[in-house]
Amino acid sequence: MSATVRISDVPVLAQRAPQVALAGSGAAPSCGTKSVAGSVSQRACVFCGSRVVLYPVADALHLVHGPIGCAAYTWDIRGALSSGPQLHRTSFCTDLSEREIIYGGEKKLYAALCALIDRERPAAAFVYATCIAGIIGDDIGGVCKRVAREKGIPVVPVQSEGFRGTKKDGYRAACDALFSLIEPPPRERPPLSVNILGDFNIAGETWEVKRYFERMGLSVVATMTGDGRIADIRRAASARLNIVQCSGSMMHLARRLEESAGMPYMRASFFGIEDTARALYDAADFFGDAAVHGAARELVKSEVAAVTPELSRIRARCRGKRGAVYVGGAFKAMSLVRALRSLGITTAVAGTQTGNADDYAALRGLCDPDTVIVDDSNPRELSSLLLARGVDLFIGGVKERPIAYKLGIGFCDHNHERKLGLAGFAGMARFAREVESTVASPVFRFVPRNAAPASGAPLGSGT
Amino acid sequence: MLLRHTPEGIAEREALTIQPAKTCQPIGAMYAALGIHRCLPHSHGSQGCCAYHRSALTRHYKEPVMAGTSSFTEGSAVFGGQGNLLDAIQNIFSIYDPDVIAVHTTCLSETIGDDVNQIMVKAREEKKIPEGRFVIKASTPSYVGSHVIGFSNMVKGIVEGFAAPGGARGGFVNVIPGFVEPSDMAEIKRIARLMGVTALVFPDTSGVLDTPQTGSYEMYPAGGAPVSALLGMGGGASTIALGPIASGPGARLLDTRCKVPCEILPLPIGIRATDALVNALRARGGNVPDELAFERGQAVDIITDMQQYFFGKKAALIGDPDHLVSLTGFLTDLGMLVRHVITGTPGKKFVTRIKEAAQTDDVNVREMSDYFYLHQLVKSEPVDLLFGNSYAKYMSRDEDIPLVRMGFPIYDRIGHQYFPIVGYRGAMRLLERMLDAILSRQDRDAPEERFELVM
Repeated sequence: MSATVRISDVPVLAQRAPQVALAGSGAAPSCGTKSVAGSVSQRACVFCGSRVVLYPVADALHLVHGPIGCAAYTWDIRGALSSGPQLHRTSFCTDLSEREIIYGGEKKLYAALCALIDRERPAAAFVYATCIAGIIGDDIGGVCKRVAREKGIPVVPVQSEGFRGTKKDGYRAACDALFSLIEPPPRERPPLSVNILGDFNIAGETWEVKRYFERMGLSVVATMTGDGRIADIRRAASARLNIVQCSGSMMHLARRLEESAGMPYMRASFFGIEDTARALYDAADFFGDAAVHGAARELVKSEVAAVTPELSRIRARCRGKRGAVYVGGAFKAMSLVRALRSLGITTAVAGTQTGNADDYAALRGLCDPDTVIVDDSNPRELSSLLLARGVDLFIGGVKERPIAYKLGIGFCDHNHERKLGLAGFAGMARFAREVESTVASPVFRFVPRNAAPASGAPLGSGT
Repeated sequence: MLLRHTPEGIAEREALTIQPAKTCQPIGAMYAALGIHRCLPHSHGSQGCCAYHRSALTRHYKEPVMAGTSSFTEGSAVFGGQGNLLDAIQNIFSIYDPDVIAVHTTCLSETIGDDVNQIMVKAREEKKIPEGRFVIKASTPSYVGSHVIGFSNMVKGIVEGFAAPGGARGGFVNVIPGFVEPSDMAEIKRIARLMGVTALVFPDTSGVLDTPQTGSYEMYPAGGAPVSALLGMGGGASTIALGPIASGPGARLLDTRCKVPCEILPLPIGIRATDALVNALRARGGNVPDELAFERGQAVDIITDMQQYFFGKKAALIGDPDHLVSLTGFLTDLGMLVRHVITGTPGKKFVTRIKEAAQTDDVNVREMSDYFYLHQLVKSEPVDLLFGNSYAKYMSRDEDIPLVRMGFPIYDRIGHQYFPIVGYRGAMRLLERMLDAILSRQDRDAPEERFELVM
C-alpha cells in the first residue's frame, strides 16, 4: 500500500529512505531526526535514559516521582551488579494518583522521601521526574533541597520528564545529576588515578575492567556508574583521567568535568580484543609511565594468550557467517562490527537508535561497502533487511530478540539483558562462545527455510 | 537477602509504593488491542511509554509486539498532541496498513487535556481514515487504576468502536475472556466449541502472542478477533463476561448500547468457577459432551487422589483481582488456608469478594497494595505456598517459600502462553504445578530416612 524504494537489493519505505544507506554509497544515513509520529520505533524516552545511567549506583535511593508504570517497567530489569548494597534493585514510587494530578504531588514526594531516608539511610537520593511530574509543575528541585537540608544527605533531582527529548537527553540529565554530586578537585591529585565512566557493570563488566587498570598500577577512584557508590562519585574529581566507555551516555559528564575541573578524558571501548588492548595502551600512553606501559603490555600479552586458542577454535566454526547489529549507540555498533570481524563474521546490516552524523561516518568507514547502515529502524524494516541479506546472526536488545527468533536467525543480546560479561579479553571469549552457541545451534535446522534432510526425514528413519 | 529492606513489623505508609503489584493502564489497553486481528495499538504519549509496554509484553510472551506512538515532544506537551495523533493516524494507515488503530492515552496526553474523540472526528473529516478501516480509543490515564483497568477500558473501547444496535439477534454468544493469557482465551473458545455454542471471543490474543516459528515475520499474525465479527457483536444473543473487573464494564456497555443481556461470571479458574461457565453455556443452548465431563472427572480425580497434600496448607496470593478471587475459591475448595491476598489494583469490593471466596473473614486482604506489604504479612505469618508473578521470586527466595507463578508479568519462565489455567484442563495444570512445588519442597526438606519414593 505504501511506496517503497530499493536501497541496493533491499526494499525500504520511501519515508524511511533517507535513514537507510549503503556504507559504500556517497551519503550517510540522515539521523538525529525525531521519529515520525505513528512509527513503530524501537526508541525510548528521556526518563529511560536517565534511569539506566543512574540505576547502578547501589547505595543510593532511587525514587520515581510519577505514575506506577515508570517505576514498574524499570524495576530490576538491568543486570547491573553490585558488590554490596542492593538498594538500587528495589522499586520506590510516589505512585501519583488523580488527587496529586490536580493538587500537586510535592507533599507526597516530601513524605515519601523523608520516610524512605529515615528507614533506608541511603548515601544519597535520586528523584526522577516523569512526564506527569513535569506537566503538573511540581517543584522537585525545591523539595529535594528541603529534604537534603533536613536529612543531611544529597538529594538530587533528575530532570528526566519523558517528553523533553530522546533517551540521549536522559543520559545528559543523569550526567548533570552526577555532576552535582562531585566535589571540587583537591589541590594535589594522586598521580596514577582514573575514573571509569559509562560502564554499568552488566554481568560484572566493570569489575573486569577495573582489575585491568589496577594490574597496570592505576588506582580507580570512581566507577560511574557500574557498582557505583556515592562516596566514590563525590571524590571523582580527584582522579587524573576519565576513561569514557560507551559512546552516548557519559560524554556529557566527561566534558563538564574537563571544563570545570580541568580533567582530561579519553574515549574507550572494552569490547573486543583490539579495542580493549587499545584502551589500555591509550591509558598507559596518557600517563607516560614506563612501569604502567610495561604492565599494560604484560597484561595484554597474557590475557590474549589465555583466550586465543578458544577464539581460534570458534573462528573456524563461524567463518563466512553474516551478522547484523542493531544497538542503541554507534560506538557499541563499531565495537561489535570489529569483534564479529575478528570471528570471521561479516556485518551485513549495522544500525543504531541514536547515532549522530560523526558516528555514522565512522561506522561507514569501518563497514564493508555493501553493509546497510540504518538509523532509528523498525521491526518490519529490520526483518526485511535481515532476510534480504541472508543474515545468520543478529545482535540487538529485548525488542529485537523475538524478531530474530521468528525469522529463525541466531541472536545475541548485547543490551542490558545480557547475562554474560562481554567486556575485556575474557569477555571476548564469552562473546565468542555466545555467538557460537547461537550460530552453531542445531535448532535452526527446524526453521522451514533451512529444513535440512535430518529434520525433514521421519524420526527413526535412520537418514 | 534481596529484600533485606523489608522491616519485620508492619510499617504503614501513606505516600509510597514499594515493589508494585500492578503497572499502569496503557499496557493493559495495548494487550487488549492486540486481541483484534490486524490491529495496531497506538500509544498517545511520549515514546518511552510505548517502548516500555512493548518491551514488557515481549519479555512476557517472547514474541514481537507492535505498537505505534505519537512521539510527544516538549512542543506537544505544551500545545497538545492533536497534530501528532493526526499525523500518526495518517502515517500508520499508509505505512503499516492495519485494519484498526486502537489508540490509548497516557498520563501525559490525559493531563494536557487532549480530546481523542474530537481528534478522531477530525481525522475522519480530513479523510485520514481509509474506507473500511477503524480507529477506536480508550482513555487510560496511568495515574488511575492499573493495567487491569486499562484492559477493561480498551474492551469498552472495542464495544464503543464496533457494536451497532439493531439487526437480527444472531445465534451466537459474546464472550469477554478477561485479562488472561492467549492459552486461556484459546481454552475458553475450545470449551464453547466442545459444547456446540458459537462464541465471539474478544479480545482474543491466541494466534497473536503465541505464534509458531515459521521463518518469517508477520506484523499481523493470523489470530485475533476479526473486525467483520466484531461489527456483529451487537447482534449477539447474550454476553458472558469472565471477571467483573476486566470484563464486566465492557459487557454492561454492550448491554446499554445494543440491549445484549450480559451475565458476569468469575474467571473460570478452578472447578466451581469452570462449572459456572459451563452452566452459563448450557443455559445458552450448549450441551456437555463426554469429553468435557471426562476432563472434569480427571480434575476431580486429581484433587481426591492428592487431597492430603493440600489440606491445611497456607497460601499467600498476589496479583490481579479477577484471578485472585477465583483462585481463592479454588484453593479453599482444596482445603487450603488462604491467609494473605494482595492486589495492586484499586477496588473496595475486592476485600469482600475475597472473604466470600475464602468463606471466612479471617484472611488478610488489601487492594491498592504492593509486594512490600505482602512481604511484611508473610514475615508475621509464614505460608507454605506463594502465588504471584515473577516479582514474587524475591520473596520466595528470601523467605524460602515455594512459588507458583501466575499472572502478569512472567519474565523468567515459559508456559503461560501455551498452557491454560482456566477450565478443567487449566485446573489440572494448576494442580500439577502446585503439587510439584509442594512435593519438591517436601523432598528437599525430608531427612534421609523419611525421603519417600512413593508420594
